[in-house]
Parts: sequence; C-alpha cells; structure tokens
Amino acid sequence: MEFQISDKAKKVIFGTIGVGLVAFIIGAIMDSGSEQFTTRLFSNFLIDGFFFFAIALGALFFLALQYATETAWSVMIKRIVEGVASYVIVGIGVLAVLFLVITLMDGAYTESHGHHVGHIYAWMDSEIVEHDALIAGKAPFLTKWFFWMVTIIYFATYFLFYRGFRKRSLQEDIEGGTKIHMKNYAKGALFLVLFGYFSSTSSWHWIMSIDAHWFSTLFGWYVFGGMWCTAMTTIMLVALYLKKKGYLEKLSDHHIHDIGKWIFATSFLWSYLFFSQFMLYWYADIPEEVIYYHFRFEHYKVIYWGMFMINFIIPMVILMSREAKRNAGILAVVCLIIIIGHWTDVYMLITPGTMGEFGNIGLIEIGLFLTFAGIFTFFVLNTLTKAPLVPKNHPYLDESKHHEI
Amino acid sequence: MAERVIYATYDDDHVLLDGAKKLVADGVHITDVFSPFPIHGIDPVIGVKHTRLGIVAFLLGLFGLTLAIIGFRYFMIHDWPMNIGGKPNFSLLENYPSFVPVSFELTVLFAAHGMSIIYLLRNKTLPGMPADNPHPRTTDDRFVMEIRLSDNAGFSSEELHQKIKGTDIIEIEEKDYVVIK
Repeated sequence: MEFQISDKAKKVIFGTIGVGLVAFIIGAIMDSGSEQFTTRLFSNFLIDGFFFFAIALGALFFLALQYATETAWSVMIKRIVEGVASYVIVGIGVLAVLFLVITLMDGAYTESHGHHVGHIYAWMDSEIVEHDALIAGKAPFLTKWFFWMVTIIYFATYFLFYRGFRKRSLQEDIEGGTKIHMKNYAKGALFLVLFGYFSSTSSWHWIMSIDAHWFSTLFGWYVFGGMWCTAMTTIMLVALYLKKKGYLEKLSDHHIHDIGKWIFATSFLWSYLFFSQFMLYWYADIPEEVIYYHFRFEHYKVIYWGMFMINFIIPMVILMSREAKRNAGILAVVCLIIIIGHWTDVYMLITPGTMGEFGNIGLIEIGLFLTFAGIFTFFVLNTLTKAPLVPKNHPYLDESKHHEI
Repeated sequence: MAERVIYATYDDDHVLLDGAKKLVADGVHITDVFSPFPIHGIDPVIGVKHTRLGIVAFLLGLFGLTLAIIGFRYFMIHDWPMNIGGKPNFSLLENYPSFVPVSFELTVLFAAHGMSIIYLLRNKTLPGMPADNPHPRTTDDRFVMEIRLSDNAGFSSEELHQKIKGTDIIEIEEKDYVVIK
C-alpha cells in the first residue's frame, strides 16, 4: 500500500514549522540587542543543523549495517530507515551553507567594545592563531582549507552512498534476484569502514574544534553513540506512526520489540561512552583537560547532569521490561523524551564552547528546533510516499514477515 | 490409580506446532512439549506462561550492585582509606566515579551467573542430575508432546488417541506418569 501524508499530518507539520518560526523570530527580536546575539544564532543553526543531519546519518549507518550483516528482520522497516536517511540531502545542504558563512566570517568570531564575546571556530581567525601557540600547533588539521577538503569528502561520501543504496533498493523492487543484494552487502561493508573513520574525524572538525584547546580521542564515538540512539528512536517513532495509521500490517510487535531493544542498547552505548570520557578526565585531573567538564559543571550543572540522567535512566528503567518494548503508548513517550534529551546533548556539545557562560534555552532555541523538526518530518514522510512501504523482492522479505522473538 | 499420560512423538518442529494448534483448537490441553531446541511460537499455543527469569536477573543485578556499594563503603572509605591519585577517600559519593566500573562488573557478574545457576536449578538440569525427558531422543531429533489425562477430563483415552493420531505423529505411547528421581 502506498503511503500518503494525510491532510491532518500536513497541518500539524506546517503548524509546527509556523509556530517554530514565529517563536524564533520573536526570540531573535527580543535578543537582538545582546552582545552574544550573532554567536547565539550561529550556535543554534549548528545545533539543529547537526542534530537532524546526525539522525539521518545514523539511519544511513544503520541501513549499511543491516546490509553488511545481511539482517533479515529489519527488511520490514527498511523503507522507514531509508526515509529517515533521506534527510542527509537537506542536512548536507544546511551544514554546507552554515559552514560557508562561518568560514567567510573567519569562524564567526565576534567582538563588542573591543573585547571578544564569542565565536564558533576561533581557529579560523588568523589573528587569534597568531597569538595562540596551541592552536597554531594543530595546523594543518585546524585550517580552513583542510576543514573544507575533508568536509567535502564526508558530504560527498554520505550523499553518494545514500543515493546508491536508495537507487539499488528501488531497482530491486523491479528486478529481484540476489545480484543487487550482494552488491548492497559489499557497499554496506565499505560504508561501515569509511563511516568508522569519518564519524570520528568529522565530529572533531565540526564540533570538538569549537573548544580548540581541548581534545578527546573518544569524542567521535561519543557523538556517534548519540547519533545512533537518536536515529533508532526516530525510526521507532515513524514505525509507530505508520502502524497507527494502518499501514504496514505485517509490521508486528516483534519488529517493534526489536527496534525497542536497539533504543535500549544504544542508550546504554551512549551512556557508557559519556561516562568513559568523563571518568578518564576526572581521574587524571589534568588542568587543560578537565577544564571542559569543570566549565560545564560550573555554569550548566543542572542541564548537563539532567541531560545525562534523562538519556541514561529513562530508557534503562522504562524500556527494561518486555511489555514496555511492545506498548506503543509507552514507547512513543519514551522516544520523545529521548529525542529532547539528545537534542540537549548536542546543545551541551556546542553552546558552552561558543557562548561561554551566557548560553540559555529560550525562544530562539525552541523555535528553531521546532522549525527544523517540522522540515525533517515532512521530508522523511515525503520520501516514504515515493516508494512502496514494503520492499518487494528483497531476498529476506519472507523471513522478515515471519520474524518472531 | 496412577496418573496416565500420553506421549506423542514427532520428527519435525513445524509439524508439532501445527498439530498443537489443531489439538488446542479441539479443546485438548497440552501439558508440555520436549524438544532439542526452542520451538518458536509454541509458548502461547500451549499456554506456557512467560518466563520470570528476567525478574530474577533484575533482582540479582540489584543484589550485586548493593553488595558492591557496601563493599566500597567498607573497604575503601571506612576500613582502609587509600589515597589514589588524590581522589576524595573520605566520601563514598564524591569518590563514586572511580567505583562505577566495578559496580557495573559486579552487577553483571551476579546477574549473569546467578541467572544461569537458577535457570539450571529450576529446570533440574544441573550437571549430574538425572534426565527428566520422556524420550532420550528429545535431546537429538525428536519432538515430544505430553498430554495428561487428568488435564483432559472431558475426553476419554480413546478420543485423545484418535485426535492425536490425526496430527502426523510418528509414535504414540500411553503410560503411568512417573516423576523421575
């Protein structure tokens, strides 16, 4: 059965975008007098641009993982995963424009009355680097040309792999056979290898370099853990929505249960990586390393620990039981909480580095989040309308239909 | 008179599953099924309750965690505070990050080992315990259905035999029910 976006869904989506935009504009007008205004705008576009791009990227990774491991159960949700992953196209566009503007503004470094009030990438400003031996020592990694060279490679890789997977998936519907399946298998494995490197190095460049003096070798995994968890949560929300609307009647409780297990497991993965990173710095207590956490505890104590507790405790306690992983109501609530929790995580990755102690969550943050969420949802649902919701000739389709745990 | 029980043997799990569905639809109560590997989907058909092993695992994990915390409190804070890298050794809470890995390990250790041991105990399959299955080949390539006459008071023995024979069995046997050991 072909999926159609209902009029009601369209109204809700466009309403969300409208409310978000209005909130964003009101917030922006109210805040436009403050010294950090420019930095705050850039931070917000980076937070939401990256957060939603990361969801799509996590879905693309999951798709490649299913191909490379030749997983059978997930065939039933394959089109959902593809739909979520399709947002990489928009995400790449948003991030590319944002990075371009930031680069042209020398890292969006802003001054007011002769003193520095904020920046996104301070290392893009040659005047700062001149007086900063630590950043200068990180050249050529932290230079504009290297940043752009690798960023273009990442974007091109993600885009080409997404397009390839999607094209072959639609082709398989028509042709059948196992030739396409084996090709997806090889391409999926290749993507995992590339993604293993790129997910780490891209998060160093795009996010970790905001705190240019600080570094963590685990940072890439940490960002990746959050990305994977949010992607699984989004896939679950779309699956629950489609099921509620009467599509995908072969999508059983067993499939939902399995996605629920992924959410549970990736929440643990993220929490584990959070703690691993934290504990090593806490234990070593080296000033230039521990400053990262010290600053967050000093100025963002409630939101930082609250974010960790929400992302760790809620999925653990609520999703532990088998019944909860099969109950649409409980799942939907937990999923929404996790999405907000992980948005806060990305907020905490970026804001303390860009805004210093002046970061807060107000109309600008909420408004822009709602706007992006609306665009994201519309794009994902729109992709779902373009192909049958169940793949037709996947070799494991029958096995997935009879999946039982 | 001893309790009578019918053992119906199959050589395929799907045949047994289809047979079980048919018999249950006819109103027959199947007491248990013995098989060399788990048969997917048999539990709801014959009305086996969902396992409580998960609850046991949770409680054991909680026990391990509690033991770990009590242990840290006594060893590292109360009895013999040690200065490790200048970390606070006077307060359990402030020093807790360094104890998290061990808390995790003890939780997993107790949950995993405790669950395995309790599983084996509950099934009476600890190493060395006598076998409890009605047919030795249920550990190899046979699937056996156990139907007790006392559970099916509405049917006579002949009626049950008649019904079971309609489900592609390869062997049927009625005997006194004996609890081994």
